[in-house]
Amino acid sequence: MALIEVSGVHVRFGDRVVLESIDLTVPEGEFHGLMGPNGAGKTTFFNVLTGRVKPSRGSIRFDGEDVTGLSSHRIAAKGVARSFQIMTLFDEFSASENVIVGLPGFRARGFDMHHAAAGDRGFAEKASEILVTVGLAAKSDTRAKDLSYGDRRALEIAVALGQGPRVLCLDEPTSGLGSDGVQRLATLVGRLKGKLTIVAIEHDMEFLFSLADRISVIHWGQVVARGTPHELQQNEWVKRSNLGRFA
Amino acid sequence: MIPTPQSDSARLITPTMLVLWLVLATVPFWIARVGLYPYLGIEILIWSLYALAFNLVLGTAGLPSFGHGAYFGIGAYAFGLCQFNVVANLWACLAAALAVAGLAGALVALFISHRRGIYYAFMTIAFGQIFWTVAIKSHKVTGGEDGLLKIARLPADFGFASFDLAGNVAFYYFVLMVFGIAVIVLWRLVHSPYGRVIAAIKQSETRAAHLGYNVWLYKASIFALSAAVSGFAGGLFAMAQLAAFPDVMSLHQSGYVVMMTLVGGGLVSFWGPVIGVFLFLIARDVIGAMTNAWMLYFGLLFIAVVLFRPEGVAGAIMAAWQNRSLNSMRQQGGTALRLLLGGGRWR
Repeated sequence: MALIEVSGVHVRFGDRVVLESIDLTVPEGEFHGLMGPNGAGKTTFFNVLTGRVKPSRGSIRFDGEDVTGLSSHRIAAKGVARSFQIMTLFDEFSASENVIVGLPGFRARGFDMHHAAAGDRGFAEKASEILVTVGLAAKSDTRAKDLSYGDRRALEIAVALGQGPRVLCLDEPTSGLGSDGVQRLATLVGRLKGKLTIVAIEHDMEFLFSLADRISVIHWGQVVARGTPHELQQNEWVKRSNLGRFA
Repeated sequence: MIPTPQSDSARLITPTMLVLWLVLATVPFWIARVGLYPYLGIEILIWSLYALAFNLVLGTAGLPSFGHGAYFGIGAYAFGLCQFNVVANLWACLAAALAVAGLAGALVALFISHRRGIYYAFMTIAFGQIFWTVAIKSHKVTGGEDGLLKIARLPADFGFASFDLAGNVAFYYFVLMVFGIAVIVLWRLVHSPYGRVIAAIKQSETRAAHLGYNVWLYKASIFALSAAVSGFAGGLFAMAQLAAFPDVMSLHQSGYVVMMTLVGGGLVSFWGPVIGVFLFLIARDVIGAMTNAWMLYFGLLFIAVVLFRPEGVAGAIMAAWQNRSLNSMRQQGGTALRLLLGGGRWR
């Protein structure tokens, strides 16, 4: 059984149809890439998948359970984590605190008003482990707003990883990164591949084609092509549209 | 920085609290000698408690509530009505003030917690005005514009001993005791996991929701808690004034607590509201003795703080005391101010 099953998802904003009958199945452990031109509806699809936008019709099942229309926090609690194209961090918190707030153990204590949050060694150590994974160990005490652009991108992923997710949704993770940053990110995502189910929107075709198991091409709110990177390279539509030119 | 177990945020009672309590405990001994009066001390403590409760919403949660006087007033009325109609017991009446104001806050929170920014501000003003109008129009219950008069300062019965609070000095020490306990509770609340989640939601509701937090519920709960503690302070105020008046629920009175909190530095410091209350009430009495236009000067100070010094007085003190850059404090205050009024609906 696929971990994610999206069936006939349709989204309208007023008169405008943004997504039209999208189907997608992602087996557990797969790295599934989403590509397509700007305005194709990729981020809207992500927003539907993570509960930020309710679909006009269609269904989304996560591990066999219907999660269509559930709010973001409920979907997140089921193990779906995401990063954002426009970075969304707790800027006044340190890198470590950003990760701590996302830990499931901390979330379970979210209504605890009796104990001090400070100095909980368990949470701090867990956050430290995750920051090591993304290469931010030396910057755990730095406030998020004081980190460099590349480090903030890494922290976005660290916060999502801190949730202990089964599905990691990455929205243009390489956006704004230099070649070194992309390389570091590719190494990190490569290490995560297989351990997590990853769905990633990406414009960097080299990044996507080197890592993804399968890729769906979205255009005009529809999936116009789908397959392995190799299959997509042979796809006439992709060739014509020039989307796979870097592969 | 990650707060360590040794940092103040992990402590139940901090050195600052101890120093503050010690200083406040000496107030009745010298306040008359400096040309002021003991009742002013009572006012400062009660308004400080109210402002600290208000700052749970404004400073900690980043939610602009501009009609908070309603809950302060509801607490005052609940205290008086409990005393007249239910039981003339101090603890029961204070509990009533806390509970009724908390319930009113929870009711309002149901309608506003999906908003933030200017929309949130407008709705808090609207609900505040509704409560104020009801208080003025319900003559039979609240006494209308005349208010609820002849509220007594009920004795504090601890079981083993009972203390008469009729005198200002005795009442001052009672309020100081209550203030001390409330400060410990609020300090812990702000620095608990709950408080950190609230602070996270202030910075990004979207991110918090995608981490699995029910943003609406957290925003509603902090508003209700703030209203409850504001109402508790209102109950004490009814005792202090021996009456409950609708005036404290009005829009301009609600504005006072906003001015106090922002001038004091509530956006960057837990203690900001206390500093702001002290400055406001001292300005009222000292500058007010010289000119009726004292509010003009305080209003100008408020404008200057919002425009140029959003870190407030507490920010300047923290910069000097903790050897932090004034510029970074200003940035922190400015960011908090932007978050306060900048956001629309979060989804």
